[in-house]
Amino acid sequence: MKFLVLISQVPDTTARIAFTNDNTQYDGNGVTWIVNPYDEWYALVRALELKEANGGSVTTITVGGADCDATIRKALAIGADDAVRVDAQPTDAYGVAAQVAAYAKDKGFDVVIAGKETIDHNGSQVAGMVAELLDLPYVPLASKLDMAGNTATVERDVPGGVEVVEVNAPFVISAAKGMAEQRIPNMRGIMAARTKPLTVVPAAPVETLSSTVKFELPPAKQAVKMIPADQAGQLIELLHTEAKVI
Amino acid sequence: MSVVVFIDTRGDKLPKAAQEALTYGKHIAAKLGGGVTAVTFGDGANLEGLGAFGATKVVVAKGVKTIESQQLTKLVADTATTEKAQVIVCVHDGTGKAVAPRVAARLKAGHVAGAIGLPNMDGGFQVKRNVFSGKAQAWVSITSPVKVISMMANSIPIESNGSPATVSDFGGDLGAARVTVKEVRKSGGGINLPEAEIVVSAGRGMKGPEFWAPVEELAKELGAATACSRPVADMHWRPHHEHVGQTGVAIRPNCYIAIGISGAIQHLAGVNQSKVIAVINKDPEAPFFKAADYGIIGDAAEVLPQLIAAAKKLNAER
Ligand SMILES: Cc1cc2nc3c(=O)[nH]c(=O)nc-3n(C[C@H](O)[C@H](O)[C@H](O)COP(=O)(O)OP(=O)(O)OC[C@H]3O[C@@H](n4cnc5c(N)ncnc54)[C@H](O)[C@@H]3O)c2cc1C
Repeated sequence: MKFLVLISQVPDTTARIAFTNDNTQYDGNGVTWIVNPYDEWYALVRALELKEANGGSVTTITVGGADCDATIRKALAIGADDAVRVDAQPTDAYGVAAQVAAYAKDKGFDVVIAGKETIDHNGSQVAGMVAELLDLPYVPLASKLDMAGNTATVERDVPGGVEVVEVNAPFVISAAKGMAEQRIPNMRGIMAARTKPLTVVPAAPVETLSSTVKFELPPAKQAVKMIPADQAGQLIELLHTEAKVI
Repeated sequence: MSVVVFIDTRGDKLPKAAQEALTYGKHIAAKLGGGVTAVTFGDGANLEGLGAFGATKVVVAKGVKTIESQQLTKLVADTATTEKAQVIVCVHDGTGKAVAPRVAARLKAGHVAGAIGLPNMDGGFQVKRNVFSGKAQAWVSITSPVKVISMMANSIPIESNGSPATVSDFGGDLGAARVTVKEVRKSGGGINLPEAEIVVSAGRGMKGPEFWAPVEELAKELGAATACSRPVADMHWRPHHEHVGQTGVAIRPNCYIAIGISGAIQHLAGVNQSKVIAVINKDPEAPFFKAADYGIIGDAAEVLPQLIAAAKKLNAER
């Protein structure tokens, strides 16, 4: 099985969220960048587990500038065999997906796997778009992935429950919680990652369909109204009569 | 200049988010000077009734029973092309996430996922959406002729004063299913968390799964969905689909009641768009109080029975 794992770089979950250039750009100053948790904990680790069990290879792909390389090396330290970076600065999910699809279309990957969303853009878009551009079946929001030969059995979250589905490779899948457990890279992995191949490929021509024009921060909260613990029932009354939300 | 709204109408009840999506589509169509065509699949009953929420036409593919993204993408994209749709509206849920990005890529349409309000169409086409798991919002400008919007639940008040829609079958060929459903496990009859208007959520402060009965009872009295913090789901005290936060479900109910949750930044990320937040925690220094509208410093075991009693009293009065 040849796996292609989509790896995105995102600000650490505790990073300060602030904007520059008249609120048109995320302020990455002093921010620690990490592998998007869904890409790392679930997509990458499950691909590695399946490769370890059945053989094959795990390649990662990232769309972005050279500032992503340290994050890509982390994915290599966890165990990916090699990495590809498409040197582009996309303005939306389609821009990312089109680059991934342009690279992957003639490489014969059996499984293309991404986290279910990134924790900065929260779009849940890229994997589905890649599937469409490659004309492949797509199973989003998968919490379990098993392979027997060419056939995958997948559990996925759907409105109101969980479905068990079957799909034959090649296919595209997005990974949600439950698919695997986080792996901490060890020293050997980190050393090995330094010399694993990280291939930079030029951007394909891709049209711009949308772009973010302005960011806003939510308005600051009013001061909290405290209710004594021995009169806790008042909370229900206040939520009903004052806040009018119950 | 029409609007196509793709919704999941399977099951006995039309999901709230589907009603919202139709209302959302109706407002856009009014601006464009066109009508709303609802697109759906399976054997949902009373499709004429979608007219109440704004659909003038309904196109249904009865032969598709499951969320097969390629078949549904063709259904939505072909209908949008036939209807000369300028805007396609989906719900940002498990069904919409399977279909909307594919439709967008197929039609080379800009796609805004997780919209939290109607687009601003004065001079351009800009949609507001959540980013950084709700820690911020972004205005996204779509520049392609066709636009796809996936709407977050609880983003628009439902309007249901329209007249019945005309229903027709989708006649075209959708190809064979490449993803086949083997088994379906329903997750209880409870209220669907992303759509819930009231959410009662509890954390590690509850000490163990055996102490969840009062949390569930309070939720039942309030007509609320239940949720939990990440460690609670990780320790299997509660099911994964209840986990809210940056790496769980992001929600925006009218009322979020948090019990025994410290209010870590990753938890707040998924819930801080709730209209009103009430926090119960025994530690006066718990960071959650800074994000709260109402707070009670106290032990869950003592506070919860009082809340349940007050909720019962309120229910008896109304
Ligand atoms: C990358 C990353 C992603 C994460 N994503 C998420 C996420 O999506 N969602 C999420 O929730 N967390 C997430 N976390 C974890 C987060 O950092 C916190 O660890 C977690 O939210 C804490 O859960 P908690 O508040 O239930 O538990 P604790 O932090 O242990 O807090 C328990 C609280 O209960 C109070 N308490 C104890 N006993 C009582 C009592 N008897 N009565 C009343 N109050 C009591 C305590 O004072 C305390 O404030 C993430 C962490 C990381 C690193």
